[in-house]
Amino acid sequence: MMRTDTGVDFSLNRVAAMVRRYWYLLRSSWPRILDLIYWPAVQMLMWGFLQVYISQNASFFARAGGVFIGSVLLWDILFRGQLGFSISFLEEMYARNLGNLMMSPLRPAEFLLALMIMSIVRLSIGMIPVSILAIIFFGFNLWALGLALAAFFANLILTSWAVGIFVAGLLLRNGLGAESMAWTIMFLFLPLTCVYYPVAVLPGWLQYVAWALPPTYVFEGMRALVIDHVFRADLMAQAFAFNIVLFAVASLAFFKLLQSARIHGSLLQTGE
Amino acid sequence: MDVQQTPAIAVDRLVKRYKGVGAVDGISFKLAAGSVTGLLGGNGAGKTTTIAMIMGLVTPTSGAVRVLGAEMPRERYRVLHRMNFESPYVDMPMRLTVRQNLSVFSQLYAVPDIRERIASLSAQLDLTEFLDRPTGKLSAGQKTRVSLAKSLLNRPEVLLLDEPTASLDPDTADWVRTRLEQYQAENHATVLLASHNMNEVERMCERVIIMKKGRIEDDDTPAHLLARYGRENLEEVFLDVARGRRQSEAAQ
Repeated sequence: MMRTDTGVDFSLNRVAAMVRRYWYLLRSSWPRILDLIYWPAVQMLMWGFLQVYISQNASFFARAGGVFIGSVLLWDILFRGQLGFSISFLEEMYARNLGNLMMSPLRPAEFLLALMIMSIVRLSIGMIPVSILAIIFFGFNLWALGLALAAFFANLILTSWAVGIFVAGLLLRNGLGAESMAWTIMFLFLPLTCVYYPVAVLPGWLQYVAWALPPTYVFEGMRALVIDHVFRADLMAQAFAFNIVLFAVASLAFFKLLQSARIHGSLLQTGE
Repeated sequence: MDVQQTPAIAVDRLVKRYKGVGAVDGISFKLAAGSVTGLLGGNGAGKTTTIAMIMGLVTPTSGAVRVLGAEMPRERYRVLHRMNFESPYVDMPMRLTVRQNLSVFSQLYAVPDIRERIASLSAQLDLTEFLDRPTGKLSAGQKTRVSLAKSLLNRPEVLLLDEPTASLDPDTADWVRTRLEQYQAENHATVLLASHNMNEVERMCERVIIMKKGRIEDDDTPAHLLARYGRENLEEVFLDVARGRRQSEAAQ
């Protein structure tokens, strides 16, 4: 047991119990496992072949081999990280188990940590085979990015958790009526964080919005690495600083929404 | 046991309003440690909201709830490991086996010697042969017994039961009541039982609180209630209260 800054006992044993609960669920259901691999693989193959086609017809893309595949793989870390977090949370609502958990000694912070761990587990099940497929089909080795990949991953997963925490708060407060947010909220980041094109493409005023979002720095950093072979540590540091702010705001919002759910009795009725 | 000094549950002028609509309207009661109390009332009387506030799931609009000395919901983590509940409004994860579910909740409640506890509870609740079956594949009666096992895992001092035998056949319901009575007697647990089954309340409870429209309409022992309303059973008393017949009218 440890003491958190809120003065509440924090137990890694309870976190382990929740991770075990999700692991039991995942291994009992092959469609759930297949779903983790299927869509990332389809995306990677589609963008990979598109890149092969374009690179054969444009000299810039011939030089910048791997940009699209790199983008799609990093986007999947961001998107699947959040989805892995949110789906585990939704499983409790589908199972009508949230009341049992909220009435148990499980602290909200422990619940969130278990969801973060599960997002990494689910992401690994999906991304490791897909990254190997990228090597086989297109010769793009994500793992060869080394330390840069670690920096990209850390920043993207932090953003995905922050968004996942906020969505969990919305679900607690609004029930399954807010379910579509869990599936679609990250797509707001797709155009704004410049996954497939440089920030310079955006209109001037929108560039300010883009630079306020941590993943923008990661995707710019990835392009700098793949095209110019330069690792931009400054971009990673800025992304991390924005992530700290985003994570803090999301956590605050979660606890406020949980408090509001207790006031409005939403924890009793988590249906539509 | 002196209720005034050491109540297991103390509810004081409790009010809950949702967007201006009253669900619970200024109720007060104290439950002695080791007592079994029935909470009766028609649909929408405020029973579930009252239990939810006792569990700390719902924040009262005003008033106070104390469980084992802890103010709910502010100090809930001081006592949640000493409480538990069972309700037909929540389920156990269906794809997990009974053993997996009980094991996860044992870990959440920091139950010592989890294997031994699951084995002994399974034997008591006749669940041993189902332990490795997915919970979703069980019958309604078997699922209720699994929920009951979950609610007893941590040997709770305070047990909140919201219609524990709803949708069970009479034989299974009687079996569940017997196990609950055994647990209560052996552990001196405080039990608050919300139910629509008057026979169940009459059999298990030493005290009955009857709610109507968020207020307490009556609060007494089953014997005193029957005598005051001049009725043969609690069902008739319940109907008198639900239909607004006063005790004097009912007795005529």
